[in-house]
Amino acid sequence: MRLRQAIALLSLVGFLVSLYLWLHALGVIGELKCGTGSCEVVQSSSYARVAGVPVALFGVVGYLALFVTALIGLQPSFLPKRNLSVLLAALATGGLLFTGYLTYLEAFVIHAWCRWCLGSAGIITVIWVAALAGVRQSDRPTVRP
Amino acid sequence: MKRFYWLLAAVLLGGLAWIWIGSKSSGTGTEWVAETKVPETKADSQFTGYVMGSDTAPVEVVEYADFECPICAAWGSVQFPVIKQQLIAAGKLRWRLRDFPLPPTTHLWSRLSAHAVACASEQGKAWEMIDALFAHHRMWSQRPENPEKLFRGWAQDLVGLDMAKYDACMATGRYRGRIQYSREEGEARQVRGTPTFFVNGREWTLRDVSSDAFQHVVDSILAQRRRR
Repeated sequence: MRLRQAIALLSLVGFLVSLYLWLHALGVIGELKCGTGSCEVVQSSSYARVAGVPVALFGVVGYLALFVTALIGLQPSFLPKRNLSVLLAALATGGLLFTGYLTYLEAFVIHAWCRWCLGSAGIITVIWVAALAGVRQSDRPTVRP
Repeated sequence: MKRFYWLLAAVLLGGLAWIWIGSKSSGTGTEWVAETKVPETKADSQFTGYVMGSDTAPVEVVEYADFECPICAAWGSVQFPVIKQQLIAAGKLRWRLRDFPLPPTTHLWSRLSAHAVACASEQGKAWEMIDALFAHHRMWSQRPENPEKLFRGWAQDLVGLDMAKYDACMATGRYRGRIQYSREEGEARQVRGTPTFFVNGREWTLRDVSSDAFQHVVDSILAQRRRR
């Protein structure tokens, strides 16, 4: 249960980060609060869009899917379900691979770092670890007294 | 368990409030001033400038211009309309305009104005936006105030752009790399100031840059071609 709670909480934070970047891509938010990073450079690059869709929208949808799945998994009737753990791990793996690709672009193609993107990368990595641990946990036989 | 849901609600509300506050604070425009190195993409390098005139015109002029430069504005408002009417409309000349933003030490809003034109070009109205910028040049050039709102007003009222698209374009700054690429291309061609012209690939070295001078040069190129 703790693992699914952690996934729900982290995916909510990831959702908010992606929402912030998506609203910026739509022009709702003027300047990104980036500190010492190069958010504008990354966000204004052609890689910030896939087929015309802002990359951040994929984050919004992905984190929302993780959040809803984790919340469903926290309901008492779904807590013992292994399928939900597997679904969370699958979603997290997809998110991690996509984030890995974006981080590669930042490091080797764009040569600039956006700290919001790095924050999201950190979040999805922790979610992925928690989701895998959840699958392992649900694989263990339940010992009944 | 109830405490956990309260925690989620607090995080959600806190995050949304933070985003809302962020959306209310407008940028100062400083991101447009700095000559930051923006990575260019393949699309940036494939863009070859704003073109006016026939593809089959025998003469091509490439102009490197800075929209904040007073000489570019004066020349663009007085000489260019005549060239447009006498040479471009007649199919003798094709005009290609390239961005060459000057350093922010003298021209704070070069890149911002170049970007406004690029965003107008998305809707096929680059030249109209350039006309608007030049027509109101004194209102915004070489002034400390950020002219972003002025540009937006002209884009809406004079150029007739779809403002949702324009705003999104300006907010993303998606053409900064393209503008930087154009600047670097100009540097590679030894462009040192604006406006600089190249006629069929050769730099215009005459001091006279009047429409009459262009007319004369274009006519002599055409006469040479006819003799061959």
